Amino acid sequence: MPAIATAAPATSVPPPVETVTVKVNGRTVVVPKTMPDWQGKPQLTTMLQAARLGGVEIPHYCYHDKLPVVGNCRMCLVEFGTPVMNSATRKPVLNEDGTPKIARSVLPYEPGTPRGAITCATPISPGMEIYADSPATKQMREAVLEFLLINHPLDCPICDQAGECKLQEYSVQHGQATSEFVETKVHKPKAVDLGPRIMLDDERCILCTRCIRFTKDIAGDDALGIVNRGSYNSVAAYPGRKFDNNYSLNTVDICPVGALTSKDFRFKMRVWFLKETRSLCTSCGTGCNIVIGSREDTIHRFEPRDNAAVNSSWMCDSGRLNYKWIGRPDRLRDVGVRGERSTWSAALRELHAALAQAPMGSVAIIAGARQTTEELYLLKRLAERFGAATDSVPRTGAADGFLVAADRNCNTQGARLTGIWSGTMGAQIPRIAEGIRTGKVRTLLVFGEDVTRYGIGEELLASLETLVVSDILPSATTRAAHYLLPGCAAAEKRGTFVNVKGRLQKFLKAVEAPGDARPEWEFLSDLVEGGVSRKVPATLEGVFNQMVREIPAFSGLEWARIGDTGAAVPL
Amino acid sequence: MVVDRKSLTWWERSYLPAIAGGFRVTWRHFANTVFRRKSVTMQYPEEKWVMPEGYRGAPYLVSDVEGHTKCVSCQLCEFICPPKAILITPPGPEGMAADRPNAEKMPREFEINMLRCIFCGLCQEVCPEEAIFLQKDYSLTGLTRGEMIYNKEKLLKLGGVDTGVQKWKQKLDEAREQEVFPVLGA
Repeated sequence: MPAIATAAPATSVPPPVETVTVKVNGRTVVVPKTMPDWQGKPQLTTMLQAARLGGVEIPHYCYHDKLPVVGNCRMCLVEFGTPVMNSATRKPVLNEDGTPKIARSVLPYEPGTPRGAITCATPISPGMEIYADSPATKQMREAVLEFLLINHPLDCPICDQAGECKLQEYSVQHGQATSEFVETKVHKPKAVDLGPRIMLDDERCILCTRCIRFTKDIAGDDALGIVNRGSYNSVAAYPGRKFDNNYSLNTVDICPVGALTSKDFRFKMRVWFLKETRSLCTSCGTGCNIVIGSREDTIHRFEPRDNAAVNSSWMCDSGRLNYKWIGRPDRLRDVGVRGERSTWSAALRELHAALAQAPMGSVAIIAGARQTTEELYLLKRLAERFGAATDSVPRTGAADGFLVAADRNCNTQGARLTGIWSGTMGAQIPRIAEGIRTGKVRTLLVFGEDVTRYGIGEELLASLETLVVSDILPSATTRAAHYLLPGCAAAEKRGTFVNVKGRLQKFLKAVEAPGDARPEWEFLSDLVEGGVSRKVPATLEGVFNQMVREIPAFSGLEWARIGDTGAAVPL
Repeated sequence: MVVDRKSLTWWERSYLPAIAGGFRVTWRHFANTVFRRKSVTMQYPEEKWVMPEGYRGAPYLVSDVEGHTKCVSCQLCEFICPPKAILITPPGPEGMAADRPNAEKMPREFEINMLRCIFCGLCQEVCPEEAIFLQKDYSLTGLTRGEMIYNKEKLLKLGGVDTGVQKWKQKLDEAREQEVFPVLGA
């Protein structure tokens, strides 16, 4: 049960919080008088929030923590009661047993009929009683659900939302078994091409306007609206426009029904087959928290995961769709030694011997800032052994002011904190190129970068004595490698990234890597172990905890204690 | 529940009534075969038993009366199948359109591994489209394991035509009778 998820971290002396005491299903609950709204501004606590704090989730469609409240779905209607006040003394009237007398809400013109309130938009008052499970509440819920389903096509077997559809869930929990509706359903347009990534089915829509509010208030692109009247109400894009902003796919996530579906995920896999793995988006330095949906080592989709400190509940479309390369058929899957297929044990043994010959100062390492912090730490240790120059390749684009950062490497700060680069990222690369030209640098280790595109051309690579390359996809650099060590995408290994704001976050493994590919930290610890007297732990947790002990910025952290939302580190 | 076991009388314990009963059966078959020329053997596999109504044989996909695939690739049968005999490949975003109007989805591939199938009938029970039925076939043979994995084409051919309801056609007819209204931006 999410409590006050967006509350700011407590300072040393928290200011006294004004509280209100209410009853939820007969249980006394003390809740703050105000709670942050979708923008984080304090607003009077609503009945829905109070019930949630009391451990009761009230069903709702249009309400969303991160969106303005509109109160149009009516699903969260509940019966409630307020203390009766003596009009003369302004004091609560008491029952015989001394408890305050409660008046149940009734219709003003029909005092025998309970009147509900939409909990998402009704603030609580002292002494209020919320009856989330009373017979009247249940009846109201059933009636609302019946109305919402009147024109619903009931095409769940076809609908991509099936399995994570609030309409399905609430129908089971709160609905009626049969429909009393005998008239013909209104048929609305199906498979409407709303934008390049979004498909709309107007028949399934329950007009909660979450998508409209998201795109207007969060994405800042007022592209959607409701057209036509009455039962012909339909969501549509503004005439002549496409719904094509870079955050459009978030509307698919927040759509409680199957009206908005992702074209990329369309008819791809039923959601109940998907294994969900907590991971991170690697497309830029923001490090949006994601859930990877995979089945049998095939990644089917990325979805954002809540993290108030990073991405709220959202992620950009470009990051979300940037997963297809992971399953590309030309992935590097074999260990290579001078163009011949080899095995890990043979290649690492030979590589050990080759590195043992390398004199101090003759080695350079270019480590991509998309490697995990643990891998960069191990690479730095390897570099210390040879007095090697290290650097990363900067990668920038335009920031959009919302989630997309200008830094397109996902671990730039991790590379800096581990000491892979300092000052200006990429400044060492021309010097390394010069070192190769003059013959000073004889051994080059490249991790996750195609250096031929960044100033170290193929002729320079050809002049090296030893070129060790680890990568995921083939490139001009991997083709020139003497030792080719196939690595893993973030979805195929565990590790941590430090985002642009200095938040260290961990990610877990969703799928197996193809062929012989291994997580880089595994074979790097083998390489480091061969040369450095200090033992490298065999597990990722061990490597992480060792790194924490050696890097001051990470002090106090522990793998097991970094939660799902990460920890802030000083930059 | 305790069942009262009736103890045998001395006449029953003598085995004589059981032996007589056995001889009666033998004699009946003997008489039927020799004197009344009635055959008691069946020329299997040329001749086969007529399976009773409700018999659970191999599951096959059915087509509707217009010859369209009824399956919409909802994958519920794949989910429920206890021995994991069913493997459905959904059409995916760029997959082919369904061969019938209104229902947008149909499986790209539908495979049942008949070596795994236990003929339990859960697929038929769970199917919201009435697209898969356990039919009367019980004797499935093949020379390789691969041959025993029946694909969509084979399953549809073996399954035949189902004369039941055409859910999506009904919905389409209903929609066509209504006035058309414009949806902006569509």
